[in-house]
Amino acid sequence: MKRKAYILMMQSLMILSAVITCGLVLFLVIYVLVKGLPNITWEMLSGKPSYLSQTIGILPDILNTLYIIIAALVVVIPLGAGAAVYLTEYAQNRKIISLIEYAAETLSGIPSIIYGLVGMLFFCSFLNMQTSLLAGALTLVIMNLPTVMRTTQESLKTVPQSYREGGFGLGAGKWRVIRTVVLPGCIDGIITGCILSVGRILGESAALLFTAGFAHALNGFFEGLGSAGATLTVALYVYAKERGEFGVAFAIAAILMMLTLLIDLLAALVGKYFKKRRSL
Amino acid sequence: MRSRNDFKENFIHGIFFILGLITVGCVLLITVYLVISGIPAIRRIGLLKFLFGKTWKSTAQQPQFGILPFILTSVYGTAGAILLGVPVGFFTAVYLAKMAPPAIKSIVSSAVSLLAGIPSVVYGLVGMLVLVPAIRRIFHIPDGSSLLAAVIVLAVMILPSIVNVSITALEAVPKEYEDASFALGATPTETYFKVSVPAAKSGIAAAVVLGVGRAIGEAMAVMMVSGNAPNMPRLFESVRFLTTAVASEMSYSSGLQQQALFSIALVLLLFIMMINVTLNFFLKKGTDEK
Repeated sequence: MKRKAYILMMQSLMILSAVITCGLVLFLVIYVLVKGLPNITWEMLSGKPSYLSQTIGILPDILNTLYIIIAALVVVIPLGAGAAVYLTEYAQNRKIISLIEYAAETLSGIPSIIYGLVGMLFFCSFLNMQTSLLAGALTLVIMNLPTVMRTTQESLKTVPQSYREGGFGLGAGKWRVIRTVVLPGCIDGIITGCILSVGRILGESAALLFTAGFAHALNGFFEGLGSAGATLTVALYVYAKERGEFGVAFAIAAILMMLTLLIDLLAALVGKYFKKRRSL
Repeated sequence: MRSRNDFKENFIHGIFFILGLITVGCVLLITVYLVISGIPAIRRIGLLKFLFGKTWKSTAQQPQFGILPFILTSVYGTAGAILLGVPVGFFTAVYLAKMAPPAIKSIVSSAVSLLAGIPSVVYGLVGMLVLVPAIRRIFHIPDGSSLLAAVIVLAVMILPSIVNVSITALEAVPKEYEDASFALGATPTETYFKVSVPAAKSGIAAAVVLGVGRAIGEAMAVMMVSGNAPNMPRLFESVRFLTTAVASEMSYSSGLQQQALFSIALVLLLFIMMINVTLNFFLKKGTDEK
């Protein structure tokens, strides 16, 4: 009897918890979309904020987000993939390997507000970049380094050793084997790393507040990188917390929510596609 | 020819070596910068006065820089989030790893990964407009922006880390353990809770520690729901965390005030480092046991 009660209790606790988790997600997604979607208008998407006509436009914020994503990915991918190649292909000293891996773990545990502070001190003040998208992007590079490194490393491990030996057997040097055999084999890890990084950059706000700032000017790519600008998340924060414009905030939240869903879907599809291709 | 090739290979090896060390460089950069910019204020204010002072009046005529309220708020807030989030996350993880039919498992897992992907400002926005008014109405207090609101938001935000890490640990439990328990006449539920969970306890502990790290480091969502007044922590009062203390004054601070903010960040980094060491301890223990 006591046994039955125990089983029943544990089972109901499990189901209850799973229902709570799913309920939370459903509530968040539906609430944000219902409150946000009606507020999205073409005027808002295509314009910039203007004090004269009292309108709010988020085009500059969308472009800033795009610029920051592009700039951060361009830098982080070679760095992260290179570090992963070093760890799996070159490194022999156990101590150096564990030091690098420990450093990567530490980096992924550091809160984004600390990245923001150090980014402000190092990129904005010390390297004299001022508050700019470039400084924000470089701060995000450090944040996303462990992610790209880990996904690349995992896919490097799945490249069979015999491929490398085949390359060496044909007389190719180490670099040639890496360039022609190993790197093409780990493209899936790099793409997964990209998708995860994009998701993280899209959602990041604390690290950008003091590095990229909150201006809403409409700029081209290179001009934009040199000047301050708010990404979508930072704009959401400013509109909600400092200006009390909840309609705009929810519209941005709905856009972010849809992008998050899209990225999730994309990551799952890419994972599936490469798994299938690998098993062929 | 030979030596030119060797030179090229060595050169490329060198480049990759530098790329490999870049993570180490970044960790050093962050630590060194925070220590250098965090120490001066602590020295001017005095370590004990800084850590255990109960009043924070950074812009007053006679400024006082005591961060005990922030430290305690961060500790209490994190503890509260763990208290709420861990049971839900734990039972969800056991259900997903062991009991759930494949279709339900894939639905709930994608829900959890979506939860991890939602930007923290979105949590903050929903918290501001749903949770804060609800708390005000239910508990009849003038302002719902409080420690309680922050605790609830944090509990939701750490859920995905706890679920995912626990699932990994539970799925790594050798099937023989469970088979032996079945053979002795235990039902599936009994087996999973009395055999699988104890076998995965290091991994589950790691999940909790990871949750602690996430909760203590979160800034934006907490800033939007916690009210931001530097009070000593009380459940229904406006409070300020270590993270939000840095974020809320940074944009207009200067001089000693700004240096004190760097010192707060340094304290936060020390907390995170301690959490990292604990996390590694549990993770290592988990792999040693196998």
